Amino acid sequence: MLDKPKRKNPVLRTRLPTLPPAARSRAALGLTAAAALGRFELQQCRDCGTVQYPPREACQQCLSIHLQWHPQSGDGELLSSTLLHHSNDLFFRERLPWRLGLVQLDCGPTVVAHLHGGVPPAPARVRVAARLDRAGQAVLVALPEKETSNMADDRQLREFTCDPKFRKVLVTDGKTAAGQAIVKALAQAGAEIIWVGYAEPWKKFSGFDALSKVSQVSLLPLDVTDSKNVRELAAEIGGKVDILINNAEHHRAFGIGNRPGVETARAEMDVNYFGLLRLAQEFGPAMRARGADGLASAAAWVNVLSIYALANFPPHGTFSASMAAAHSLAQCLRAEMRPAGVRVVNVFPGPLDDEWNQLLPPPKVAAAGLAGAIVGALRDGVEDVYPGDVAQEWLARWRDNPKALERELSS
Amino acid sequence: MTRKGYEGVAVAVPVTVPYVRYSIRAAHWWLARCISEILKSAGLKKDAIDGLSVSSFTLAPDTAIGLTQHLGLSPRWLDHLPLGGASGVVALRRAARAVQAGDADIVACIAGDTNHVDSFRLTLANFSQFARDAVYPYGAGGPNASFAFLTAYYMRVYGATREDFGKLCVAQRANALKYSHALFKKPLTLEEYLSARAIAEPLHLFDCVMPCAGAEGFLVLSEERAKALGIPFAALMGTIERHNAYAADPVQMRAGWALDREDLYAQAGAGPGDMDFVQTYDDYPVISLLQLEDLGFCAKGEAPAFVREHSFTHDGSFPLNTSGGQLSVGQAGAAGGFLGMVEALRQLTGQAQARQVKDAKLGLVSGFGMINFDRGLGSGAAILRC
Repeated sequence: MLDKPKRKNPVLRTRLPTLPPAARSRAALGLTAAAALGRFELQQCRDCGTVQYPPREACQQCLSIHLQWHPQSGDGELLSSTLLHHSNDLFFRERLPWRLGLVQLDCGPTVVAHLHGGVPPAPARVRVAARLDRAGQAVLVALPEKETSNMADDRQLREFTCDPKFRKVLVTDGKTAAGQAIVKALAQAGAEIIWVGYAEPWKKFSGFDALSKVSQVSLLPLDVTDSKNVRELAAEIGGKVDILINNAEHHRAFGIGNRPGVETARAEMDVNYFGLLRLAQEFGPAMRARGADGLASAAAWVNVLSIYALANFPPHGTFSASMAAAHSLAQCLRAEMRPAGVRVVNVFPGPLDDEWNQLLPPPKVAAAGLAGAIVGALRDGVEDVYPGDVAQEWLARWRDNPKALERELSS
Repeated sequence: MTRKGYEGVAVAVPVTVPYVRYSIRAAHWWLARCISEILKSAGLKKDAIDGLSVSSFTLAPDTAIGLTQHLGLSPRWLDHLPLGGASGVVALRRAARAVQAGDADIVACIAGDTNHVDSFRLTLANFSQFARDAVYPYGAGGPNASFAFLTAYYMRVYGATREDFGKLCVAQRANALKYSHALFKKPLTLEEYLSARAIAEPLHLFDCVMPCAGAEGFLVLSEERAKALGIPFAALMGTIERHNAYAADPVQMRAGWALDREDLYAQAGAGPGDMDFVQTYDDYPVISLLQLEDLGFCAKGEAPAFVREHSFTHDGSFPLNTSGGQLSVGQAGAAGGFLGMVEALRQLTGQAQARQVKDAKLGLVSGFGMINFDRGLGSGAAILRC
């Protein structure tokens, strides 16, 4: 079990972030694409069914070029293991010793995988999963066959996850039901400090008292539309934030024709898009500097977006546009945070069960469901999260045919 | 169609450009010295070389053809072999056919690499697509982890011990002490072997080769030509080559030798028991054990017992890697795939000095190369007679 990290000695130099080797062939990025969603997929031949690894361009059995990424069972047998005491790579050199395993998957191929400390010596049954490493690329991890207590505390596994345990988290908006559920879930997950922002501090909001009672919580005035406010808060706590969860959102209904003027749309952009930009400019640099700061390093930046970011939902047309803008900016942020090993997690929930989605039919995402999905993504090292049945369905439709989804949403 | 033999082919002029741990020179420098040394030893002018076979990792972005311009050679037969540890055997068998067919009269087979302080890491990072996608991101970088898996598996399944591997390493070091070009100059005891620091368990320091810079080469020509030049030579009795054998095996416990050894011995008209010495490819000791099994010196899984029964110095009951092998000479990149061949030629032409195997008439050289992902893909072997 993981011990609480010791208080940092401010005199000592903070270790600069290094990354595991990130170069991959285009074929291998299929593994990353699936791992970003928390899935384990390998190429499978459409013609003969052979499962392939490492990723390649043609089937090793029948030479077919029709290799498709399909979910696979990661069950397999550990054939052999090693404990590295030497590495030519800086990232691993700083983290030795490091355990690796050679695993024969039940679906066919033999793979090299990072080996969880809880797996007994070979021969042993294991469960292989694909995880994103600090470079943002997929790697295979061999886990104990059955879930054990404190499995997430494994030193190596923690390099691939952003577990809130022992970490300091900023949640940008504590006024909404969703924000309060996120805070609660983080507290349960063992976060050490949870800073909770709230705009318009002169107004008391529902849930304020309950939030104040959570021992890890510290409430701070934060309005993401106020550049000065964001800058000052970053100066105060930016060097300590390990995980930033931006859930501040401005959401109104209607598209273009049903409301005159641009004020509402501008307000949406000011929170949803420029709010993210302000936070990223002020908090990003400090988090980038702490990407390798021990067991509780800066680890993740979470953007709560919307499934409407993928394709415009005309009844909420301007909100969709602001979320699409935020999504695009989040991709930029992801690229800029990657050299530090800080993961940008984008959350695309279906309609939340709140007042602004009143007229939408169920199923809608409950606040607790959203919170659980966020903490789950941090623990599993997932990069893109689609909580709720609506989001899952839209995602499936969008992956299948983006143009069809556009037509479906506009009718 | 029956295979044509290698009658009339002479293999001669074993040459080593002395190794150094690090070099600021390019691979071209090492290969140039190698050619130059071959010409000097054979008493030939540059124009006499009309066939060239080149093996090198660090020659990139150049290949063999670029080297012809660099060195002012104009061969009518040219080969570039990116086969690592299998390159020596493969270079020989291809060159032999070129000479037999008359496509070239005198083929220089050369292999060499430089080793800058950071070049080994860069070679590993860009070794192959599979290595870059599925091995290098796991921190091992290169063959250490792959051979650790293989060694651990072999120990578990066949009961080999660290002492078994150590016995080979210690014997090879004793051989190396009688080879002036070996980079390792100090004796090695079994205790030192066993107490060395761990690299990738169960591999420890003396199980791993040391990357260095250097070059090796030899000539392939007709017997008549060799006799006319008055240079001692060995005859080629048989060769095999195989790539990606037993691809379905979940972990590599055998390679192409097992598939082709009967062919090899049939070509040579000899059996394993007739060999006066063996040069295995020894980037890690476990792979020597696999070669002893796959080449028929003992049955699969019985190499540990074989090791316990025999002694492996040049004057032992089973002379093995008589110049010290890569484990005690150093691994000069692709030249590692030539080391055994060059040493075999020295043994068969009476140039092995203090480590000369007594009455060495028939020797076997084995090659193994290219850990593309989880295993070595290429294997080859040759039997030579003096």
